[in-house]
Amino acid sequence: MIKITAREQPNELLHKVEELSGQNLFTCYQCGTCSAGCPFAGEMDLLPEQIIRHLTMGINDVLTSKSIWICASCYLCAERCPRDINMAKVMEALRQVQLRRNIDHVQIAHLPPEVLGAVPPMALVANFRKNTG
Amino acid sequence: MHIDYYPGCTIKTSARQYETSALAVLHALDVQSREMEQWNCCGVVHSLATDNLIRHVAPIRVLTRLQQQGGTELVTLCDMCYNTLAQANLLVQRQPDKGEAINGFIADDQTYGGQVDVLHLLQILRDRIGFQAIKRRVICPLKGLTVFPYYGCKLLRPRAVGIDDAETPSILRDLMQALGATVVDDPIQTCCCGSYHVVNRDAIVAGQVTKIAARAQLQGADIIVLSCPLCHFNLDTHQPRPTDGGQRLPVLYYTQLIGLAFGLPWETLGLDAHHIDPFPLLQHQHSVPLEGERV
Repeated sequence: MIKITAREQPNELLHKVEELSGQNLFTCYQCGTCSAGCPFAGEMDLLPEQIIRHLTMGINDVLTSKSIWICASCYLCAERCPRDINMAKVMEALRQVQLRRNIDHVQIAHLPPEVLGAVPPMALVANFRKNTG
Repeated sequence: MHIDYYPGCTIKTSARQYETSALAVLHALDVQSREMEQWNCCGVVHSLATDNLIRHVAPIRVLTRLQQQGGTELVTLCDMCYNTLAQANLLVQRQPDKGEAINGFIADDQTYGGQVDVLHLLQILRDRIGFQAIKRRVICPLKGLTVFPYYGCKLLRPRAVGIDDAETPSILRDLMQALGATVVDDPIQTCCCGSYHVVNRDAIVAGQVTKIAARAQLQGADIIVLSCPLCHFNLDTHQPRPTDGGQRLPVLYYTQLIGLAFGLPWETLGLDAHHIDPFPLLQHQHSVPLEGERV
């Protein structure tokens, strides 16, 4: 049995994500349009609308989900959301919460030199901006 | 016509063929182009966190410098530069308090409030020069080429900075048709290619590129055209050989195809700078005569 505790006790992560993203997650009505269009939903362990639900219900598996690093901020979900929630901003907020704890997702020193030498500079800058603090 | 243009890091390194072909095409269209002075990296991705203002300094510094140099419009070639510069510009226009904080950090004599217009080269070609004028300049129509335009994300989204309809864009289709090519479309044209995941999760890129190329093949394309150097790298280097024994699709910038249709010298178009060699296709299709045959 799951005990639903939303808004009954302080939900610090939800508060932080709403502050960093500027989005009101309680407007989501779980239609799943975000996941339906997401090109990388198949790679995710939590789908975008599940992330919103877990955040609002205080289920604490969101920060450890790989989904927040899979999202590449392509804005497809943000443009299609009928509730005008910018999910790309929610994902960015979650990444930022982790990165501000000094938990980098990519260890630059461990990347193979052949990769660093082959990819365009824009790939490196974008990757490090998203995955390191 | 005169334009100030912003190249960005990748145009000067792994996407040189985009710059050389773009400059050759602009020259052919009697557009004077000037590379802005003292540009820096735009930051590539727009920071989406409400409080992370430091990451808007790079694009705003670029726009501040252009303003100091007397410029009023900045034209980009790269989709990600376009998106990052345009979104940062929008931020200082819509949220002056944040603009003030960013200006305070940059600490230049002149404050910047979003006065510069950020444009993509495709907008110059469509809205200033016009595809009809481009069509009139074509001397080697791309007859026999079936082109699949790939838009990706940063040219179209968010809508506030998108240069075309976010769901059903037509700018590359219209341009390619003006050059005499046959164009095929597919909904996957506006899906992300995997972007910067190529650095540490390249299986995601390989998977997405495989899907994109398969859709293009299914529609009957024999070449992919695009405008983003990162999409280009991903599609050019991560495209698998088709399982039916067919050929991989060459991936060219729209400026290279304009150059071919204009009969510009092949060496100025950087056609030899691609992982997937476009020459066998271009010669086999006889779409572009070797000696610049006039039509």
